[in-house]
Amino acid sequence: MAPVLEIEGLRKTYRSRRRGERRALDGFDMVVEEGQVHGFLGPNGSGKTTTLRTLLGLIRPDGGRMAILGQEVPAALPTVARQVGAIVESPQFFPHFSAEDTLSLLAGAGGVPQRRVMEVLELVGLRERARERVKTYSLGMKQRLAVASALLKDPKLLILDEPANGLDPGGIREMRTLVRTLASGGMTVVFSSHILAEVQQICDSVTIISLGRRVAAGPVAEVLAQHSNSGLRVRLEAVTDLPTAADLLTRAGVQVTPADDHLMVFGVDKPATVTRALAEADLYVSELAPVTADLESVFLELTATAPVPGRHRQVDQSVVVGGQAGAAVSDQTARGWGE
Amino acid sequence: MSLYRTELRRLRKRRFIRYLALGGLLVLAAVTVGMFLTNQKIGPKQIAAAERRAEQEWRQHVAFTEQYRAQCETARAAGTAGDEFPEDCAEIEPASRESFDPEGFLPSTFDFRNEFGVTLTTLTAVLALVAFIAGASFVGAEWSSGGMMNLLLWRPQRIRVLFTKLAALLSALAGLAVVASALWTVAFWAIGTYRGTTENMTSGAWQSFGLTELRGLVLVLVAGTLGFGLASLGRHTALALGGALGAMVVGQFGLALVLSLAGTRFVDAWLLPTYVRAWMEKKVTLLNWQVCQVSYGGECQPETFDITWQRSAILFAVAVVLVLGGATWAMRQRDIT
Ligand SMILES: Nc1ncnc2c1ncn2[C@@H]1O[C@H](COP(=O)(O)OP(=O)(O)OP(=O)(O)O)[C@@H](O)[C@H]1O
Ligand SMILES: [Mg+2]
Repeated sequence: MAPVLEIEGLRKTYRSRRRGERRALDGFDMVVEEGQVHGFLGPNGSGKTTTLRTLLGLIRPDGGRMAILGQEVPAALPTVARQVGAIVESPQFFPHFSAEDTLSLLAGAGGVPQRRVMEVLELVGLRERARERVKTYSLGMKQRLAVASALLKDPKLLILDEPANGLDPGGIREMRTLVRTLASGGMTVVFSSHILAEVQQICDSVTIISLGRRVAAGPVAEVLAQHSNSGLRVRLEAVTDLPTAADLLTRAGVQVTPADDHLMVFGVDKPATVTRALAEADLYVSELAPVTADLESVFLELTATAPVPGRHRQVDQSVVVGGQAGAAVSDQTARGWGE
Repeated sequence: MSLYRTELRRLRKRRFIRYLALGGLLVLAAVTVGMFLTNQKIGPKQIAAAERRAEQEWRQHVAFTEQYRAQCETARAAGTAGDEFPEDCAEIEPASRESFDPEGFLPSTFDFRNEFGVTLTTLTAVLALVAFIAGASFVGAEWSSGGMMNLLLWRPQRIRVLFTKLAALLSALAGLAVVASALWTVAFWAIGTYRGTTENMTSGAWQSFGLTELRGLVLVLVAGTLGFGLASLGRHTALALGGALGAMVVGQFGLALVLSLAGTRFVDAWLLPTYVRAWMEKKVTLLNWQVCQVSYGGECQPETFDITWQRSAILFAVAVVLVLGGATWAMRQRDIT
C-alpha cells in the first residue's frame, strides 16, 4: 500500500532579483500513511507553507519528487486534484461574493454537485450567514469558509495549513472533532499548526521541519519517546542537601540539572539507581516523580527554538540538521521582525 | 465545459462589471437621445423658415452696412475719421443676397446613409473602453483577492484556466457588443426616419455598415483581451488600468508634444486614436500643411500620408500577441504565492 503522501528531497529556493535568494526547502522528506491525522510542525519560516504550495502545484520546486495517492505530482495533479482538498495559509476569497456564491463557483469549476455547498456550510457552522458577503466576515468566519471550501470535494486527502488560525475556543474544539470524524471515515488529514497541545491530542503522527529539512517524524508517541529526555524530579527532605546530592549523582554518572527546590535527573535507567545512591549517603528522598515531556518541549528541543531569557531569537535561528545542533543561523543572515 | 460555464456565471455575478456594462449602455443611450433631440426632419416648412431667416439676416446686414456707411460719410465730412473707416466710404457695400444661403439656416438633420458610419466609431470607442476595464477587472480582481489561487487548487491547469476565463470574457463581450450594435442601428434608423432621412440606402451601403460593425466588434474583443492580458501579467487590476491610462495620457500627449517640437511630419501617425479611426473608417489621410506641393492651379496642396485599416490590424495583432504571450508565459512560469 503506497503512502497517501510522499515527499523526497524537496528543494526550493525563492529567487528575487532585488532581494537575492532564499532557500526555503533544502532536501525535505515527508511520508503520510493512509487514514492518519498527520501534524506538520515547524517554527515560523521553516518551510511548511512552501512545502504545501509546492505539493499543490502553486510553486515550482527546484528538485526532489512528490507523490499524492501514489501518483507523481505535479505531473498527475490534474487527475488527483479531484481527491485533494486544501487550504493554504489563511486563504483569501473575492470579498464581494457571498460564501454561498464562492463555494458554488468552486463547485461548478470542479464538477461537484451544488448540494454539497450547503452541506459543508452547515458543517462549519456558516449556514445562517451563507448569503452575506465574505468582506463582512470575521477572521474566524473566513477560516471556517476556507475549511468548507477544502471539504467541498469530499476529498481523500485533506490538507489544512493552520486551520485553527483565528478560531475561537469552541471552533478549535469543533475543528478537533471534525478532523477526528473525517479521519475515522477514512480521510487522511495533514495539517500544520503551532498549537502543539492540539496536535498532541488529535494527531497520529507528526513531521517536524526546521529550516527546510525534516528533524523528526513518526507516530507521536515514538517522537516523544525518542527525543524527549524523560527525566526524574527528585526532592529531598532537606533543601540544603540538594547541592551535595547533585554532586553525588553527577559523580555516579547521571546527568543532573539543579532547580530551586528539586533536582532534575536525566539518563537513568531505573529510579532505584537514584534512591540507592542517595540513601547510601544518608540523604532521603521525599519525592521521586518521572516527568514525561510533552510535544511542545520536544518541539522546542528539536528545533532549538526555546526562548532564552534576555535574548531575542530571530526567525531563522533554529536547528540545522546535518549541521551542528543548537541555535544556528542559516547561510543567510538572520532577520528580525522589523525588516 | 463546466469551467467555462462557471466562469460565465462568475462574470455575471461581478457587480462592478454589471454596472460597467450598464454605464456604457447608458452613455450610448444618452448619445442617441442627444442626436434625436438636436436633429430635425427637413420639410417645406423648415425650408420656408430657413428662407425667411436668410432674407431677414440679409436685410439686417444691409441695414447695418448702410448705417455704417452713413457714419463714415459724416465722419469724413467732419474730418474726424480715424482708422476705423476706409479711405473711400463708397467701399462699404453690403454682400450679395446669394451669399446668404438658406441652406445655412436649415436645422441639422440626420442623413442615415452618410452619417451612420461615423457614429459607429463612437459606439465602438465606448464599447472598447468598457471591454478593456471589464477584462482587466475580471481577472485582476481574481489575482489580487487570491481567488485565482483557490481556483487553481481546484483546477491545477493554469493555461486552461486562464484561457477559459478569457473565452468566457470574450463571449460575454461579444454578446454585449452585438446587442448594443443592434440597438444602436435601430435607434439611428429611427433618428433617420423621424429626424432626418433614410433615403438612398442600398444593399451595398448596408453591407458596408455591417462590415464596419464587424470591425468594431473585433476592436472590442481586442480591447478586452488587452485589458485581461495586462491585468493577468501584473496580477492586479489597478496595474492594467494604471498602465493603460499612463500609456494614453503620458505616452500619447507627451509623445505628441515631443514629436511636434521635434518637427516630425505626421504627428498623428504616432497616436493610437488615429489607428482606431483608421480601423473603423478604413483609411485616415493625414495632412502636413508645412510642406506645399504646388498644384497646377497654383494653390498649396498639403503633403498627405495614408493610414489604412490593414496597418491598424497589424498594430492590434502585434499588441495582442505580445500581451497575451507575456501573460501565458507568466502564467506557466511564475510561482503563485
Ligand atoms: N514568495 C516568497 N518569496 C521569497 N521568500 C519566501 C516567499 N515565501 C516564503 N518565503 C521564505 O521561505 C521561507 C519559508 O516560508 P514558509 O511560508 O514556507 O514558512 P512557514 O513554515 O509556513 O512559516 P509560518 O509558520 O510562519 O507559516 C521563509 O524564510 C520565507 O521568508
Ligand atoms: Mg505558513
